[in-house]
Amino acid sequence: MSTPENEVPELPSSTKLITTLGLVAMISGLLVVIVYEFTKPIIAENQRLATERAIFKVLPKANSRLTFQVSATGFTLSDDKANGPLIYAGYDAQLNLVGIALNSAAQGYQDTIKLLYGYQPSTGCITGFDVLKSTETPGFGTKITTDTKFLANFNCLEAKVNSEQTALAQKIKTVRHGTKSQAWEIDAISGSTITSNAIGRMLNQSGQDLHPIIMQNLEYLKKAKE
Amino acid sequence: MSQAIKKEVPLTLEVFTAGIWKDNPVFVMMLGLCPVLAVTNSVINSLAMGIASIFVLVCSNALVSLLRNFIPRQVRITTYIIIIATFVTLVDYMIQAISLDLYNRLGAFIQLIVVNCLILGRAEAYASKNGVLKSVVSALGMGLGFTLALVMLGGVRELLGAGQLLGYQIFSTQFEPWVVMILPPGGFIVLGCWLLLINYIEQRKTAKLVTMEAASHCTVKQ
Repeated sequence: MSTPENEVPELPSSTKLITTLGLVAMISGLLVVIVYEFTKPIIAENQRLATERAIFKVLPKANSRLTFQVSATGFTLSDDKANGPLIYAGYDAQLNLVGIALNSAAQGYQDTIKLLYGYQPSTGCITGFDVLKSTETPGFGTKITTDTKFLANFNCLEAKVNSEQTALAQKIKTVRHGTKSQAWEIDAISGSTITSNAIGRMLNQSGQDLHPIIMQNLEYLKKAKE
Repeated sequence: MSQAIKKEVPLTLEVFTAGIWKDNPVFVMMLGLCPVLAVTNSVINSLAMGIASIFVLVCSNALVSLLRNFIPRQVRITTYIIIIATFVTLVDYMIQAISLDLYNRLGAFIQLIVVNCLILGRAEAYASKNGVLKSVVSALGMGLGFTLALVMLGGVRELLGAGQLLGYQIFSTQFEPWVVMILPPGGFIVLGCWLLLINYIEQRKTAKLVTMEAASHCTVKQ
């Protein structure tokens, strides 16, 4: 006769196991969908506001803006929700084009850094940026937004397109702190070299890809708001 | 027969306070050390991670406790993971809705709460064996203890590594920040220092109690 200690407990049926998992998954799905539906418009609005804030920060003279999607043939007027690379053209009160805001990204010290930067087609200068996403080390990598000497690089960082309008005339690059000698060079922050290099790499990549297309379609961008 | 039935311990203040100090998940149980070392490079990140963990811990423990008599042993871990992942997804959406900036700063660590052994450990060791109220109170204590540990690490690391606290400059501009404190090795160093200090305090407390007991024993003998 078996004692209660060595009795093998009865195994539950497969139906009970499936029912349990199914019910828990159903509760889980229901909760996720409710919260997703509730937060979806708030998240979308937060993203829109963050983009809007960044655009008018990098294009301070702009009063209004238009969004364009980059396509094989150039640019097509679009909205912020469109997939694929987007650029934002800023216009003043007289509907003159005052600059273009472009997205760029590169691997930093911790994770990918995402920026929105302002480009002036008339002068060929990059005139500022706003960090959209960064998990860089506080006090070091985060200096890219506070270090006045580093920000001075963007009073007019040269990003002109070559005469054939196929690429940048000069490659944008980050140089060691205190050794900047050319308008297309970025003077790195001492102690935040990896983050500074990432800024140089992403601006160069974005410049090589998009600045020639902007120059080829400049008239279209200028007249788009009219 | 009646002796074999284990009596459930009643809900006391001890259930709540145990997680904060005596059984602190970080300083005593050494659980969930991945986010502890990774996100504590500033106080605000530590605080946000702590609050997110409290939410997941309390909600998942409540649901596990509520369903404990219904979940067969064979599928309990799968079920706990589904429950924990659900609340992590909810907290992920909620942080995005509250602040995109904070969400971006915390990176992948919010999603990684799913695999925080503190949460699964409490579900398996406590919530699956106790009532809803006790599980929630215990989870709240554990969560607060976890947050306290995160903030203690984050405070020291931000102060020494950047000369700031909650983003405000504390030390003068002449202070040369200790770079290592912000970097991953800084997490290990500060955690080690806190463990050293806490164990020293505990040992002194125990030694004092032993001395007092011995003294009272001698007095009784005389």
